[in-house]
Amino acid sequence: MKASEFSSISDSRKRRKAMEFIVFLFFRISALICSFGLVIIVGFIAVKGLSSITWTFLTQPPVKMMTEGGILPCIMGTIYLSLGAILIAVPIGVASAVYLTEYAAPGRLLRAIRLGINNLAGIPSVIFGLFGLAFFVIYLGMGVSILAGACTLSALTLPVVISSTEEALRAVPQTYREASLGLGATKWQTIYRVVLPSALPGILTGTILGLGRAAGETAPIMFTAAVFFTPSLPSSIFDEVMALPYHIYVLATAGTEIEKTRPLQFGTALVLIMLVLGLNLVAIIYRSKLRRRK
Amino acid sequence: MTQMVSQEIIMSVKNLNFYYGQFPALHSVSIDFLKNRVTALIGPSGCGKSTLLRCLNRMNDLIPGTRVEGQVLFGETNIYAPGIDVVNLRRHIGMVFQKPNPFPKTVFENVAYGLRINGIRDRRIIEEKVELSLKSSALWDEVKDRLHQSALGLSGGQQQRLCIARALAVEPLVLLMDEPASALDPIATQKIEDLIQLLKDTYSIVIVTHNMQQAARVSDFTSFFYIGNLIEMDQTDIIFTRPKLKQTSDYITGRFG
Repeated sequence: MKASEFSSISDSRKRRKAMEFIVFLFFRISALICSFGLVIIVGFIAVKGLSSITWTFLTQPPVKMMTEGGILPCIMGTIYLSLGAILIAVPIGVASAVYLTEYAAPGRLLRAIRLGINNLAGIPSVIFGLFGLAFFVIYLGMGVSILAGACTLSALTLPVVISSTEEALRAVPQTYREASLGLGATKWQTIYRVVLPSALPGILTGTILGLGRAAGETAPIMFTAAVFFTPSLPSSIFDEVMALPYHIYVLATAGTEIEKTRPLQFGTALVLIMLVLGLNLVAIIYRSKLRRRK
Repeated sequence: MTQMVSQEIIMSVKNLNFYYGQFPALHSVSIDFLKNRVTALIGPSGCGKSTLLRCLNRMNDLIPGTRVEGQVLFGETNIYAPGIDVVNLRRHIGMVFQKPNPFPKTVFENVAYGLRINGIRDRRIIEEKVELSLKSSALWDEVKDRLHQSALGLSGGQQQRLCIARALAVEPLVLLMDEPASALDPIATQKIEDLIQLLKDTYSIVIVTHNMQQAARVSDFTSFFYIGNLIEMDQTDIIFTRPKLKQTSDYITGRFG
């Protein structure tokens, strides 16, 4: 009797152990697939594109119908556009998030605003492009320009900035707010001196995500900021620019010599990826510095 | 009770009802707090003692859906009267919370915070007051060499004394303490209790505690709460040796709660 009881216990143990093993194997493989995905994409593009990366490629404009030369105007264009988008989106996005989490009274209005922001995130990027063309380029008379492109991209990145800022603000312990208010601070003093500094690393994460998104988008800028070809660098925010993602698109679909420019396409893609990863790296280092300072 | 009447009242709660939404948390509570005395609020969890404490500096305003009826007099002023500047009120009624909650700033900046938000910019004045506050909270000797390091590096007990220093820096008249030692070890608790004895010369203190011995050790007056009602209040030695009501004696002897 006793012996059989023990054996049934050890049987169930074995089964449960096997189950544990299988489940965690599945989880582990899933996680590995995700990280391998990044490695494979970056690796593939690096192998194909590395040969095109030369000093000339990075510092000269394209020549001979864009079949030779460099991509400097595209690099600069993408930097201007994504920085511009962030400069517009971060103040508005952070302010909205502060309003939504710290000031707004819960209720129908708040739910409606949240719903609007969430749906904004779901709008296809080409729609943003058409909206930008109709509103910024034509209606506001900005023309096809860095300004119009940055405005359009900022609309696209706003939901990212808002939702990550909201998350960062909600992660700030309520006890900080109570401590500050308990000392006779106003709501704004509390937000400005305690809540925002604590949320800064999280806000920065949102900014990085937004920046990466803005740098990589093609559709929103193709009608609003980017042009097929311009050899000169922009001299003001009202100039049109070339941009990396749009350049890849143009070379890969509309050029006269698509096959011949393959290495240039991969080279451009590699530069774009490196630019985004580089920006992320800078921000991640800065963020960890902020965290350590606490 | 005659002794109580003869002393100066700093805060006076009159027929206070408090609701979280529909739920009544305090039933017509009336209680006086005396100047330069320590008053302990005791009672089982959910009895309303913390709610009452947080009514005294209107901290409950932060919780949506709460409602207050009745009066809380601070000196002559009803702090729930319309037009009361809550921000200004909280400058005069400091609060120390259950869990030490220093800001993620340096030790110095934590104490200086209350001064800075009140518009004091003079570096010399700020330095003086920070030092004074840290000395008052018996923390100065332990932190004087690390004033510009993060407050989060201090031990739990040090953090709580830092929070007390932070509250003292704005020179409040009343200090509200919400179970200030419940997250601390016995030695740190001892230090907080010693500190309370020193502070009552300057401040009027209201302390919520779960720890009956603590109430007996630190307070001059003790009030016992049960399900939102003030059951009994008297001098602490009377409450703990010969309470008038059976409910009170049952609680303090550990028969329920």
